[in-house]
Amino acid sequence: MMERINLGAWVVAAVLVMMAVLPIVAPGDYLLSYGINLLQYGTLATAWALFSGPTRYISLATTAFFGIGAYTVAVLGEVLPWPAILLVALLIGSLVAFVVGLSTLRLSGVHFVIFTFGLSELIRQLVTWYEVNVTKSIGRYIFTDISMRQIYWQLLALLALALLIGWLIRRSRLGLALRVIGEDEVVARHLGINTTRVKVLLFVVSAAFMTLVGAVMSPRWTYIDPAIVFNPSLSFQVLIMSLLGGAGQLLGPLAGVIPLTALFEYLSGRFPNYFSVLLGVTFLVIVYLVPNGVIERLRSVFRRRPVALEQKGSV
Amino acid sequence: MLLVELTVAALTLGGLYALIAMGLTLQYGVARIMNLAHGEFMVAAAFLAYWLVTGLGLHPLLALAVALPVGFLLQWLVYQALLTPLVRRAVSPAALEVDSILATFGLLFIVQGIVLVGFGGGYYSYSYLAFPVNVLGTPVSANRLLAAGVALVIGLAIYGVLVKSRWGTAMRAMAGAPRFAHLVGINPQAMAAFAFALGGSLVVGAGTLVSMFLPFSASMGVTFTMKALVIVIMGGVGNLMGCILAALLLGVVETLVSRFVDPGLTLAATFAIFLLVLLLRPQGLFGRAGR
Repeated sequence: MMERINLGAWVVAAVLVMMAVLPIVAPGDYLLSYGINLLQYGTLATAWALFSGPTRYISLATTAFFGIGAYTVAVLGEVLPWPAILLVALLIGSLVAFVVGLSTLRLSGVHFVIFTFGLSELIRQLVTWYEVNVTKSIGRYIFTDISMRQIYWQLLALLALALLIGWLIRRSRLGLALRVIGEDEVVARHLGINTTRVKVLLFVVSAAFMTLVGAVMSPRWTYIDPAIVFNPSLSFQVLIMSLLGGAGQLLGPLAGVIPLTALFEYLSGRFPNYFSVLLGVTFLVIVYLVPNGVIERLRSVFRRRPVALEQKGSV
Repeated sequence: MLLVELTVAALTLGGLYALIAMGLTLQYGVARIMNLAHGEFMVAAAFLAYWLVTGLGLHPLLALAVALPVGFLLQWLVYQALLTPLVRRAVSPAALEVDSILATFGLLFIVQGIVLVGFGGGYYSYSYLAFPVNVLGTPVSANRLLAAGVALVIGLAIYGVLVKSRWGTAMRAMAGAPRFAHLVGINPQAMAAFAFALGGSLVVGAGTLVSMFLPFSASMGVTFTMKALVIVIMGGVGNLMGCILAALLLGVVETLVSRFVDPGLTLAATFAIFLLVLLLRPQGLFGRAGR
């Protein structure tokens, strides 16, 4: 078992290194922009599953943190050097996640979903209100000298870091605690696990990655406004990608990101007007046909005896 | 007079919210489906009414009479075709909740997408009863008054039926003790489908009323779903009177915030209330849950 884990880690590391040299070996704007898309969703989905996979809390706050990151860059873009901006974004995102997590993670599943569902909308309205009433202009321009390649490499580094942290958590006591919470929160509490602390910690880690992705991605736009960066469909896309791949495994979300990024790219290019309908249909197909994710499904196909216990309760 | 103006505005908004939230509480409290596409069906109904009134020249009240049964039937079909498989495969109420949330997300995008394809993203409205009526010396637009009145009539009628009739008692039994309802001769599946459809019919009615006095666009459904959820949780899930009172309360708060603070902050106010209720009284403001 140990050797298999190590082999898997080596394969992942090798793929990441290959992806890192790809823009040098095969330059080309289309490939690069596709790679950025892939890495963006890959990092977001991996970060989403860091928290939501083991705890089975469905969060729709992805776009809230993504937008916070992007807005931090828009506000501070010309004031601070790039690493300092990222640090500030990281701090703001983590702080918001900490406050939100502390006040809402005691909620039961459905209430939490609804809360995060509204959180992005709330932040968007507050930012809009602030821009309209205080700065008197709804949009902002972003001037940085960050190139597409640099965005690509930063995202790749974030993805690698997210995978590394996810891997370390899985091997730690924290990972075990999280899995117990996902199975049964009452039992977890009886075992002496401080469930609130564990959940808040993971929520903050997950949100920090989402915020950084938003910050790193923002130079791709030259102009942003609240409707662009707090776009609710981002949360849904990340959710559906993670679900398709299976949020229970570390690499599961990536297994969903790769086909769905291609599909969404194709659909939004080919049928821009029907994108929303097709997104909904994709969602339904995945919920009905692969409720536990493709990796779980493949596993149950390859395994002789289906393991009934593991099938219960999808994410 | 400011007081009359504010009261009418609050009542209209509250009545509208009451209809939408009662629909949701029937779907969530009785049928156990957390329907996140609820607001989208409301918006779709507003567009349907727009088409019936401006395209076919129907009277708006006749459009309402058409919309109610159509909404009922459509939502019944949605429950039977889309949600029954989820109910069957659910191993626990929590699993059904999660599954229904995910499935209705999909539905949300499909309904919204269809409206977008048909009408685009702009705001629509038509003119009906767009003249002021004198209420205690204050001019109030007639369509608002009518919408408020119709909303209150429908809401109270449904409340009366659910509280007084035998059939309403059965439905409340489902909300209170879903696992034991079949012991007293209730067919849970049929009752759940019925409650879901009734809730859908209410939200379609609300959408038709909205079309009479508010400009509407394809993207506003999500906000209404949010508000309905807040009201349902505030009133206590499945508690109809709590739902009506919470809706009126939200109507008052939103009217005051938009009049005295800033119209852009109404959702923030809603959300603040929501958070307070969740943290301080998660069982709802009014009495115990599962009435």
